[in-house]
Amino acid sequence: MRLKEFWHRLGSPRWFYQMSGPWQLGFTVAAGVLLLVGIIWGVAFAPPDYQQGNSFRIMYVHVPTAILAQSVYMVLGAAGVLLLVWRMKLADMVLQTMVPFGLAMTALALFTGAVWGRPTWGTWWVFDGRTTSTLVMLFLYFGLYALRQAIPRPEAAGRACALLAIVGTINIPIIKYSVEWWTTLHQGATFKLTEAPAMPIEMWAPLLVNVIGIYCLFGANLIANLRNEILRREQATKWVRELVARPLT
Amino acid sequence: MFDSFQAFLDMGGHGLYVWLVYGSAVPLLVLNLMKLRRARRQLLRELKATQAVLDDATHAT
Amino acid sequence: MQRTRRNRLITVAFLFAGATLTVGLLLLAANENLNLFYPPEKVVNGEAPTGTGIRAGGMVVEGSVQRTGDDLDVEFVLTDYQGSDFTVVYSGILPDLFREGQGVLVQGQLDASRVFRAEQVLAKHDESYMPPELADLDLDRGSAP
Repeated sequence: MRLKEFWHRLGSPRWFYQMSGPWQLGFTVAAGVLLLVGIIWGVAFAPPDYQQGNSFRIMYVHVPTAILAQSVYMVLGAAGVLLLVWRMKLADMVLQTMVPFGLAMTALALFTGAVWGRPTWGTWWVFDGRTTSTLVMLFLYFGLYALRQAIPRPEAAGRACALLAIVGTINIPIIKYSVEWWTTLHQGATFKLTEAPAMPIEMWAPLLVNVIGIYCLFGANLIANLRNEILRREQATKWVRELVARPLT
Repeated sequence: MFDSFQAFLDMGGHGLYVWLVYGSAVPLLVLNLMKLRRARRQLLRELKATQAVLDDATHAT
Repeated sequence: MQRTRRNRLITVAFLFAGATLTVGLLLLAANENLNLFYPPEKVVNGEAPTGTGIRAGGMVVEGSVQRTGDDLDVEFVLTDYQGSDFTVVYSGILPDLFREGQGVLVQGQLDASRVFRAEQVLAKHDESYMPPELADLDLDRGSAP
């Protein structure tokens, strides 16, 4: 019974708005602090790699953005299911507002990958399984953005995007396993759930800090975007009118 | 650890690549964090203006 | 669960399963072409075509790198450490990470005598990173296959 009640509440934008204020502050502060620490640690204090030297430091940006690019897409896919099956309003808002963030992360992952590839592999770009499937993900994000703009009715646009988001999640396992299924220039996974990373702690600790930090940034963006979208969509309701009437804080 | 600030900038000859990455990622992250705050204030101001117009309209009739 | 919701869930599930099946079959059909390069085994046993642009990869055999003639001409042997190896000739600048005992990828053509004439050499690295001091100790990293 408890679970069902929670489920119904999650469908209520007002309830979400009222409980999420402190969460947003927490995630924002955590993201700022962790990323500041992780980035300075990675760029200045972590040891260089015995082969790559200091270009190895690019990993501290590349790996977190690449992980997050995929995570954001998975969240969009899940939101797509919640919207199509349960018609959850919050899911539609997630699907609408998180596309630019995911797009930026994917673009950043591709860009940092190219800049890392130049000094290590000897080329900016190669069409191997990992890089190509990540490029496909960038196009999926573009598609989600364009589809939203192309359909004037919000409800129809939401459902079309939900469908594209769900079908696009097929690409995620392809990105993940591309380095195992096919021969690629790209190396295997840096962080695996089942094994310890193949590097000493002074090298992976800053990476872990950055990964956690960027997930906090994702949380902060998600909550902030949802809160704004809730106010925008519910601006005619009494509770939003009262809230808006209060002086700016 | 780097021996000198010059060595830090040079990154063992890979300075261009390392700083290209950090120089693009860090401003993007900072802008993103700043946007979170700005977007909310802007929205509240917008909604306030809309409501003022609506309130005027209802009073006038 | 309400009936309409259940129906919608089933529709979405079927749609997703159908799309997955389609993509899966496509990938399976294109499997060979999705490999970026030919491993040494396929270069040696003749699966890799001669006289056409291909990519091949392998580990540079220790002590096999020879500067031949002019300053940029270089020759080396790639191996999979499983008994297959082939010779590569190349003229040009090698990437920074090109080292004996490391993985590389070569792009070019196999000639009739199965010597690989490379136009481009790319270095491949793995996901195990190490500080230089540790590497100097020559520790067994436990990640070698």
